[in-house]
Amino acid sequence: MAIKKIVRIKVNGREQETEVEPRLLLVHFIRDVLGLTGTHVGCDTSNCGVCTVLLDGHPVKSCTVFAVQADGHGIRTIEGVAQDGQLHPLQEGFREEHGLQCGFCTPGMILSAYALLEKNPHPSEEQIRWGISGNLCRCTGYQNIVKAVQYAAARIDRESQEHDSNKDQTLVSNAG
Amino acid sequence: MIPPAFDYSRPQTLSEAVALLQQYGDTAKILSGGQSLIPMMKMRLARPEYLIDINQIADLRYIKEDNGYLKIGGLTREADLESSELIRSKYPIILDTASVIADPQVRNLATVGGNLAHGDPANDHPATMLALEAEVIAVGPHGARSIPVKEFFLGVFTTALEHGEILTEVRLPVPGERSGGAYFKLERKVGDFATVGVATQVTLDGEGVCRRAVVGLTNVGATPLKAGSAEEFLRGKALDEENIKRAADLAAEAAEPSSDLRGPADYKLAMIRELTKRALTRAGERAGSS
Repeated sequence: MAIKKIVRIKVNGREQETEVEPRLLLVHFIRDVLGLTGTHVGCDTSNCGVCTVLLDGHPVKSCTVFAVQADGHGIRTIEGVAQDGQLHPLQEGFREEHGLQCGFCTPGMILSAYALLEKNPHPSEEQIRWGISGNLCRCTGYQNIVKAVQYAAARIDRESQEHDSNKDQTLVSNAG
Repeated sequence: MIPPAFDYSRPQTLSEAVALLQQYGDTAKILSGGQSLIPMMKMRLARPEYLIDINQIADLRYIKEDNGYLKIGGLTREADLESSELIRSKYPIILDTASVIADPQVRNLATVGGNLAHGDPANDHPATMLALEAEVIAVGPHGARSIPVKEFFLGVFTTALEHGEILTEVRLPVPGERSGGAYFKLERKVGDFATVGVATQVTLDGEGVCRRAVVGLTNVGATPLKAGSAEEFLRGKALDEENIKRAADLAAEAAEPSSDLRGPADYKLAMIRELTKRALTRAGERAGSS
């Protein structure tokens, strides 16, 4: 019997400390130990990308990482994407642009797109397709998934511009 | 799929990792990116009793030019290569290679050292590192030694690494003026292994004549292959359409593909010819503009 290890992993901002078997996969830690079932298991062979989570901000396939490897690191799952009860612009984009049909690939798609937009807030269509190339949609709804990401990029852009102009106004009124 | 049970340790230094590897011998495996090892463990194609996770050894992750060499630390992620300014500006052949390995999620974890040490002839870095005449640095209980990449691959999943050794670096001579390289991979879809792949690196003289050409082939044999007769043929010849075509035929003669789900052997030979043409043409263009 393998020696168990204590891991401390920050999941969606919350520190979790648990004893695990080294062979426990990160996806099983997330789903079975923490009960966060938004992260799905699809192919279980590192092909389909539905188990994608962010490890220190980078998308990885949680079926191909051991939970012990995440010890001391932070992960974000689909449950940690909405903030303060507000859907993230990507989630809104998937709703508005019909970016999901069966919805099975959606959590992974959103997390890959999340990391893409963090790195590149104004991606071209080709860059979006490249960014989600590790995520398969068996409904083949890629067209609307791309539109959903474009919606989110535009939305984030608009929000940050509004934020900036509000700041400008504050500066003006402070100056006045 | 649940992998078989194993014990796990996470050394903080290279010497600690080497000591653990020596202590546990054949039953231990190094866990680097894990993107080949973990799937193999799930499928029971690998059953290490002990995993030595080297991911905390930060000084194994670097990309730098030093002393006439480009040096890439074994723990460098494929994604690090993709985003490296040095690689993007000076080593487009390595960018060609890294950006077609698996998919973005896998590239965030997969490492250059793992890609080479795994010894899989379907992996992409080996042909490119053959073309770049690279060498790997292996560190073991008796210190470090250098192994030329052309002597590194011995068979399927078999390399010149001794038990107790860790691949810590791959290094290649900084290419001179009028040098250029390219890697072309044919894959059925993103994430698949190469149906075939071709890496070439050429150095031209002022007249566009080939002073040196190196050609590496992916997934058409038990190891990555070097197309020696194509290289010899090109030496001293203009890199024109006719010579490129002849070199491509010679590269296909060096290939030993087998028929499988990715296609019949004849098709793969035809694809080696085509990709060799494309890779030599692009390498020539890049050499001309360097």
